[in-house]
Amino acid sequence: MEPIGWIEITTRILTQLWPVWAALFATFALSIRFKRRLGLYGKLFDSPIGMTGFALVMFWVFAGVFGGGFDLITTHDVLSQVSGMKNKVPGTPLNGAEAGEYPYYLMGGDNLARDVFSRVIVGAWEVIKIAPFATLFAFMVGITLGLPAGYYGGKLDTFLSFLANLILAFPVILLFYLLVTPEIVATGIPVYMAGVLFMFPIVFLVILFNARFHTQPSKRNLYLGITLVLGLWLYLGIAWNADPLGLISMPPNLLVVFVSVVFVNSPTVFRIVRGLAMDIKTRDYVAAAQTRGEGPWYIMLWEILPNARGPLIVDFCLRIGYTTILLGTLGFFGLGLSSESPDWGSTINEGRKLLSIYLHPALPPALALLSLVLGLNLLADGLREESLKD
Amino acid sequence: MGLFFLRRLGVMILTALCLTFIVFFLTNLYPNLEKLAKTQGNFRMSDEQVESYLRKEGYMQPTPIKYGQWLGALPGWTLETPDGVTGRCIDGIVTPAQAADARQFCGILQGDWGVSTVFKTDVASIIGERLGLTAKLMFWVMVLMVPSALIIGVLAGMREGSRTDRTLSTFSILSTATPEYVSGVILIAVFASSSVGLKWFKGTATGAMKDATFENFFLPVLTIALYGMGYIARMTRASMAEVMTAQYIRTARLKGVSFRNIVVKHALRNALIAPFTVIMLQFPWLLNGVVIVETLFNYKGFGWTLVQAASNNDIELLLGVSVVSVIVVLVTQLISDIGYVWLNPRISVS
Repeated sequence: MEPIGWIEITTRILTQLWPVWAALFATFALSIRFKRRLGLYGKLFDSPIGMTGFALVMFWVFAGVFGGGFDLITTHDVLSQVSGMKNKVPGTPLNGAEAGEYPYYLMGGDNLARDVFSRVIVGAWEVIKIAPFATLFAFMVGITLGLPAGYYGGKLDTFLSFLANLILAFPVILLFYLLVTPEIVATGIPVYMAGVLFMFPIVFLVILFNARFHTQPSKRNLYLGITLVLGLWLYLGIAWNADPLGLISMPPNLLVVFVSVVFVNSPTVFRIVRGLAMDIKTRDYVAAAQTRGEGPWYIMLWEILPNARGPLIVDFCLRIGYTTILLGTLGFFGLGLSSESPDWGSTINEGRKLLSIYLHPALPPALALLSLVLGLNLLADGLREESLKD
Repeated sequence: MGLFFLRRLGVMILTALCLTFIVFFLTNLYPNLEKLAKTQGNFRMSDEQVESYLRKEGYMQPTPIKYGQWLGALPGWTLETPDGVTGRCIDGIVTPAQAADARQFCGILQGDWGVSTVFKTDVASIIGERLGLTAKLMFWVMVLMVPSALIIGVLAGMREGSRTDRTLSTFSILSTATPEYVSGVILIAVFASSSVGLKWFKGTATGAMKDATFENFFLPVLTIALYGMGYIARMTRASMAEVMTAQYIRTARLKGVSFRNIVVKHALRNALIAPFTVIMLQFPWLLNGVVIVETLFNYKGFGWTLVQAASNNDIELLLGVSVVSVIVVLVTQLISDIGYVWLNPRISVS
């Protein structure tokens, strides 16, 4: 078979991505149809910048979910090496293709003769699996510590701020090199860190429900029960790998990556939340709640936090982008994830060694990472603009 | 001001001590020491051999004591062997009489940074040399990044919402969204690739360590500068846009001052206060970029040394590197605080 030209490569890639286009079309059609009823999310569709960002982000989310999760888009297995396909240019027919196999390497082969196109798609899944959750955990830690630091001030604030500045003064790469090595994993330190950091979401939710519903014991007991059972079950499985049912576990190298990303991100979130809490606690509605005799945690979580949501949502988007960059950095230095892993950072690192001769293994993951982070930045800009309009 | 300065200095020293202790603790965990022993001796050492090697090199003491010795606050260890006496402050094996004459304390405080196990030389000299190379890189990054970022920000912010503003803001967002390992790869592909690229520049900066030319040094400098540029430009734009709506600008405009003069004489000075702090706070991030770019372009500076030290668990070198980087970060934070107060008389430190 002859290699195919650029036009056919493009057409084939676009066809291969059909589930993504379908899902994107459905999302946009539904969202624009009902945008008046969807609050801040609906308003996003009034701003071209926000819409562009949202489209870019959702493109990669759908590509990751359908490609990595359901195996719909990928043309070849991401780890299988086909002889004769090493460093082949995009559009090369598969060497000795059998019936049922996809006949081309759409974006060529890398230096281990694996399909670049499939690796980029599955790389999106690697990011989607980690980045949003790591950011969410960092927010839980930052909010749980930042609110009391800003609200009470004093010695607690001094101590927590010192700790946050301590972590922030660490060069991130040095911290990664110290934390994400097999030797440190062997000492069990990441597991202990996970044990501490993963407690925060449970603590956060327990305080959240207790502060609101402590006057209605039946409702409170229901919510707390659900939180504690589900939370502790997940906690045991993820952090300590001790799930009594044996359903949930996390590979140790993924855990260490997750923990270090949460650890690096939470001090910044802490500082933002603390600043917002210090600003908002002087407002009248906080004074009103104090006069009503509400407890401090009710005020922090149900009066201050909802009113700080605008900046926090914007920062959440930016921070997912930053986490994506951090994950790429880890991959680029070959830390944490296994060397075969199709995540974008590792793929860029492998591709760069032959960059002066072959461009196709390194460029697609680089452009993929760039477009996802750009999308998140644009989305954050759009959200900021729309939330300021109120 | 004096008291503020002293308090900040105290916090700084405390931070530096805590951070170096964390690095010290993590590098001195047993699995790390075992790896060190095996790379220094041979990979087929038995557990007893590893332990005897570590004992001979003084690694088996409790961590706080070792930290005190490294710092120079506690006397260095000595060990008597059948051949003579060795110790932290003693080179090789000497007789007991010579050992008695040797210095008691030898740590960071005495200016003794220890010996690198990878490069087999003095840590202080390695760091000095590598830091010089990185300083050269950073100098050119600053020369390129700061003026272009400020110009972009001022041009975008002086007419908010105009076409220039939109274009330049898009460029800033694009540059903040591109980490160094992405922009580096793209720049090499476009400008340096020998198969399809423009071949204007070289894809490696190894030659730039001896004599830097535009051809071999521009790409690494541009790669670091691009990532920081967008952020500073966005800050400058926001600050400039805010100043341009101020009362005194309107007054100047109503007086009939030309737009050019309003921007240059009235707005610019006030608009540059916020970016100044941002530029200083960029240093820790630039340090990150330096590590990536030096690895990518094979430029053997400070960041490259960090990677070498960390991946080989070269304890003393890694500690030296972290001391330097922590000091750089803390000093820039202090300068940015002081500069902010100095530039903006409305804020007082007390």
